[in-house]
Amino acid sequence: MNIDRNAFAELQSTAGTEFVAELVDTFVEDAPRMLAELRDAQAAGAADRFRRAAHSLKSNASTFGASRLAALARELELGGIPADALPIGALQSEFERAAAALKDLARG
Amino acid sequence: MAERDSRLLVADDNKVNRLLLARSLELQGHRVSSAENGKVALEMLRREPFDLLLLDVEMPELDGFQVLEQLASDKRLRDLPVLVTSSLEGVANIARCIELGADDYLHKPVNPVLLKARIDSSLEKKRLRDQQKELIRRFATSEVAEDMAQSGFALGGRRVVASVMFCDIRGFTALVEAQPPEETIELLNTWYTLMFDAISGAGGVVNQMIGDGLMAVFGAPLPLPDAPLGAVRAACEMIEMIELLNFERAAQRKTPLAVGIGIATGEMIAGYTGTQARATYTCIGDAVNLAARLEQHTKAAARAILIDGDTAASLGGSIALEAIGEVQLKGKAAPVAVHAVKAGQIFDA
Repeated sequence: MNIDRNAFAELQSTAGTEFVAELVDTFVEDAPRMLAELRDAQAAGAADRFRRAAHSLKSNASTFGASRLAALARELELGGIPADALPIGALQSEFERAAAALKDLARG
Repeated sequence: MAERDSRLLVADDNKVNRLLLARSLELQGHRVSSAENGKVALEMLRREPFDLLLLDVEMPELDGFQVLEQLASDKRLRDLPVLVTSSLEGVANIARCIELGADDYLHKPVNPVLLKARIDSSLEKKRLRDQQKELIRRFATSEVAEDMAQSGFALGGRRVVASVMFCDIRGFTALVEAQPPEETIELLNTWYTLMFDAISGAGGVVNQMIGDGLMAVFGAPLPLPDAPLGAVRAACEMIEMIELLNFERAAQRKTPLAVGIGIATGEMIAGYTGTQARATYTCIGDAVNLAARLEQHTKAAARAILIDGDTAASLGGSIALEAIGEVQLKGKAAPVAVHAVKAGQIFDA
């Protein structure tokens, strides 16, 4: 499991279980846009856009306690545009794992 | 205690962050609106009143730094408390936000307990600041306070067309000698309260209190439509108030009060005079001298309210006047046309 369960449970207790379930849905809908933005920014060599998209992903991942996803996004945020497609691919796979885990947790 | 039910604005381009922050704040009892970037946030702040802004740094259109800069240069918004919420790393960014005027910086994901403490503290500070503004308003009249809040404090004046009123209690010295000082203070307070109500009710500003007299301006520091009419209406109301007060005093076997009021209209210089440490809002010009002379002349003319020709001409026949004719007033080279306001003729009574 790549989710910090304590962090997730705390989020549920402060914001409400039902609200967090909706928030997870919002994240799962919204994140593919950020991943696409990362790829676009990499192709265009737009360092600022790249950093901003990685930053958003990192910020959301840490909100839900998705620690590994947050760590990968942080590396991209601080490291700048990578030389190849591998890091974004890894991020994509980790997002899919995290999304499934978060949905499970949110449904209780 | 910072009160609940404050109006908060959350500016964040990230939907998850925005929803979550809004949710936390709503659970704390606040009313929350959201903006998806800095530009939208500024538009909302300029359109509706908010008590506090929660501001993300990384945003499209206008980022958090730019929003802070714009807030600082906006007179109406520069006192708005701002809490920056971001997961930006590096002390330099935090320092920059604080330098640009942010109250505090909260790292995302925001800890709800810390968020509550920071918001309560910022709202409390805002409440104290509002209280301070209210105090200034009380001692300087709302118009002067507003003028000061809008254009800042600066010595010097600007040209305005306004109506000036002088009002004085007749026979005040005799009155003071005939009663204990405590009673005089009480009488003055009652008198000032009644006069202030009548004057501010008609849009005027009392800018000087001189013992048993006062000076009021209609049309400065803020423009007032129909300033001469406002001044004359206030004068009539003041005379009515004095009649009521005298009715009470008669019941207590006290001597009745008589006042004289002079009003003149014209161009004058209005502004703050004094020093940087202590200054007063005042008006200087021919019309000001004329109003003072007219007030002094009420005794000789045996009329309660005297106005100059310019004030009379601006009334457009809406108030019954009695032409006194051309009068040679002290300090004036040529005689001036003087009119008495008929409604206020209790002076002889």
